[in-house]
Amino acid sequence: MTEWFHPAVIFILGAFLVPFVRGKAQQAYILLLPALAIFAVYRMTAGDYWTYSFMGNQLVFGHVDKLSVVFAWVFTIAAFIGMVYALHIKDSGQHVAAFLYIGGSLGVTFAGDYFTLFVFWELMAFASAFLVFASRNQQALAAGFRYLLVHIFGGVCLLGGIILHVIATGSIAVGILPKDGSLAFYLIMVGFILNAAVPPLHAWLTDAYPEGTVTGAVFMSAFTTKTAVYVLVRVFPGTEVLVWLGTIMALYGVVYAVLENDCRRLLAYHIISQVGYMVAGVGIGTELSLNGSVSHAFAHILYKGLLFMGAGAVIQMTGRRKLTELGGLYKTMPITLCLYMIGGFAISAFPLFSGFVTKSMVVSGAAADHRPAVALLLTMASSGTFLHTGLKLPYYMFFGKDSGLRAKEPPLNMLIGMGLAAFLCIGIGVMPGPLYHLLPFNAPYHPYTGDHVTSALGILLFTGLGFFMLLKKLDPEPTISVDTDWFYRKGAKVFMWVANKPLAAYEEYLTNIYNRWFSAGFLKLADFFSRIFDRYVVDGLVNGVASFFMGLSGNLRRAQTGLVRSYALVMLVGSMALIAFYLIAYQM
Amino acid sequence: MIKRMVLYIGNPENSRQLKRIGYVMLLITVVADFFVERHHAHYIWDKIPGWGAFYGFVSCVVIILVSKFIGHQGGIMKKEDYYD
Repeated sequence: MTEWFHPAVIFILGAFLVPFVRGKAQQAYILLLPALAIFAVYRMTAGDYWTYSFMGNQLVFGHVDKLSVVFAWVFTIAAFIGMVYALHIKDSGQHVAAFLYIGGSLGVTFAGDYFTLFVFWELMAFASAFLVFASRNQQALAAGFRYLLVHIFGGVCLLGGIILHVIATGSIAVGILPKDGSLAFYLIMVGFILNAAVPPLHAWLTDAYPEGTVTGAVFMSAFTTKTAVYVLVRVFPGTEVLVWLGTIMALYGVVYAVLENDCRRLLAYHIISQVGYMVAGVGIGTELSLNGSVSHAFAHILYKGLLFMGAGAVIQMTGRRKLTELGGLYKTMPITLCLYMIGGFAISAFPLFSGFVTKSMVVSGAAADHRPAVALLLTMASSGTFLHTGLKLPYYMFFGKDSGLRAKEPPLNMLIGMGLAAFLCIGIGVMPGPLYHLLPFNAPYHPYTGDHVTSALGILLFTGLGFFMLLKKLDPEPTISVDTDWFYRKGAKVFMWVANKPLAAYEEYLTNIYNRWFSAGFLKLADFFSRIFDRYVVDGLVNGVASFFMGLSGNLRRAQTGLVRSYALVMLVGSMALIAFYLIAYQM
Repeated sequence: MIKRMVLYIGNPENSRQLKRIGYVMLLITVVADFFVERHHAHYIWDKIPGWGAFYGFVSCVVIILVSKFIGHQGGIMKKEDYYD
């Protein structure tokens, strides 16, 4: 064995063997891969590994430091737990997609240069889309394609930014970008914050995740946004705009969660809310707040995975996903309810649960950096988190009005997967030491002080009081909420309408003017010429030219499909080609 | 044991007793907040006993009312077949 082995290679190469093993052997195999990856992370020491010289640039596949290792730990652990939860799935394609997706995520984590980062970044987008397609229904197919298109747009922004950055600095090494306000800075940032689901670039998440398969959505909730948080910590610490984007994000998710009826979409809005804390922590940029972002990402992957597993178990056993159609499941699914609630307490940051020891670090980081408004707004968002994830969703799913459903507990492997995540949620909350030890920066923090515990309990319990007082107001309604995905779901239709109605009318108007003033004059002139010149010779020439253009226009018309999707694809391919041209012409 | 606890909580007959437990917990939290040390307070409100309880309750009410207002009056909530 070499001194360092890339865990992404275990997943990516391992993925191709999945279809060739069957039954029990396949089950053992899909657990072995993440176990091997965890072992590889355990063996790691800091340094640069697997570096190659490529066209005059240094490609680094294994940039290992404390920051990349802490994310690698949680990614590999989440991969293992997710695979336990997905153990009963016979559809090999889903396992392959999940492994490639996880591999992409780890590839980004250890990438020491922007080109390697970009390649793995794209791998993540494509592999994860298949976890949506695997639902195999029309709705999922459409959502998956929207997901893919948005991520391709983000990828193009990122690639453009990377190329401008490389041209300006001559270096492809991943590192903190100078805050010079250059186009490269903003393009890379857009690429990153799109994956972190920062509004208004967030709608792909709440659009696609609830359409994913029961097990696929568990993986999706863990990797894409947290990989984005990782690269933000690496490249954009202390960027002021992220403080406010993150704070808005934390509240944005909460507001939409009030309105949401689909259980996994509600949880997806809370991913946005929770990632808001991490983005704000990156923006504040002190050692304490960066540690807060990293540790919160760690805890978040585990409890959000647990919540998605719990909601997924209900969807799998009942076949329903809307809160208005669920209720009264506590009698037949008590274990699922308890495990879900552990995730609910963890995300709400109850003392002795993981969220408490990590979220408070971000809020304290904001307070210590003299940002009272940010600290207050983030605290308000945490009240909303408990309100929805800890109260509203379990109340209407498991208690509330009895829907008459008598669904059984899910298969044992799903319960074990949830149990593992629940164990870690409590373990980190009770004993934060090992997690704090993994954090990249040296900023001592003690979450369990008396005033901190009582004030956190006060906020949460009195949120509970407010919930029960306003219970009637919170009854879920059978609606969907319009979000920024409107612009590409309805916007395309509006675009077509504009093209059909006002533009067509305008064209007709111009044509009328042209006919009256120019054509009439020209007709008279032509009439005059046709009488004088030899009409036979000229006519022959004109007819030849005309029939040539008629044929050409007939061919061109076939290329004009009228589908916005096709035009977008042509534009995209064109811009990629242009970028590639500049890359070759100026850089190499 | 888990099952018995969950069935107890879910049973409507026990709701009065659960409510009483809830009120006692709220009371304990507020009272305890008066007796803790506050060395780490950054801001004036961190020093007020019972601040957490007050802010939590206000946040909850504000979030529910504002969100529902935006959802209904702002045209955010649409029928389920809106995109079809």
